[in-house]
Amino acid sequence: MDQEDQPPVAKRFLYVNRRPPYGTIYALESLEVVLIGAAFDQDVSLAFLGDGVYQLAKGQDTKALAVKNFSPTYRALEDYDITKIYVEKEALVARGLTEADLVIPVEAVTAQRMTEIMEGQDVILSF
Amino acid sequence: MKFGLLVSEGPYTHQASDSAYQFAKAALAKGHEIYRVFFYHDGVNNGTRLTVPPQDDRNIVNRWSELAAQHKLDLVVCVAAAQRRGVMDAAEAKRNGKDADNIAPGFRISGLGQLIEAGIQSDRLVVFGG
Repeated sequence: MDQEDQPPVAKRFLYVNRRPPYGTIYALESLEVVLIGAAFDQDVSLAFLGDGVYQLAKGQDTKALAVKNFSPTYRALEDYDITKIYVEKEALVARGLTEADLVIPVEAVTAQRMTEIMEGQDVILSF
Repeated sequence: MKFGLLVSEGPYTHQASDSAYQFAKAALAKGHEIYRVFFYHDGVNNGTRLTVPPQDDRNIVNRWSELAAQHKLDLVVCVAAAQRRGVMDAAEAKRNGKDADNIAPGFRISGLGQLIEAGIQSDRLVVFGG
């Protein structure tokens, strides 16, 4: 490949999800950014901290809320080649959850490790 | 330095838009470049010209429009977030069968790709609110 044909160097994007899936629109609109952003061929990671881990919880039932359960959409991330999904280990433990309770495979990391992951990013979008 | 800004909260309820405005003004005064200001979530409400704040208060929307006119700022309102919240330009209003539009001068409606692109093109993407 000629030098000129090289794709531009990708930036490292980290989407940080800190809020529960319902109650506010942040989680849903964060996922919309992630899916649109996937078209830009950047180096994308997702992080789920605190109550944000509930976004990935299996068995979400939103009928009584009369809002759409968008949790199945996380399963599409793999189709967009987004596979670096980090979940804060302490947040899972504090909520009685394990990786087996989540809708997609994730890498559970300590809060300490999460800070290192953040340190290595170019762009961090926090929702 | 080239900055991209993300404003993710609406005017008056939250300080995010005020802080972003002050940041943009200060950065421009120091000779930095503002590549784009992107408005998302309730932040899209910063782009309606129909706000009428009390006269002894700051006018957040007009302030953005004036800064945009002075410095040729690119103020972009997310189309998907704007549609949910009723922020429209004339073309969007027509396309969606609405009887009015409300976009403020200096703002334009576009897609989320503009936020990602701002992240790619800017040296720093600074997030206000969220």
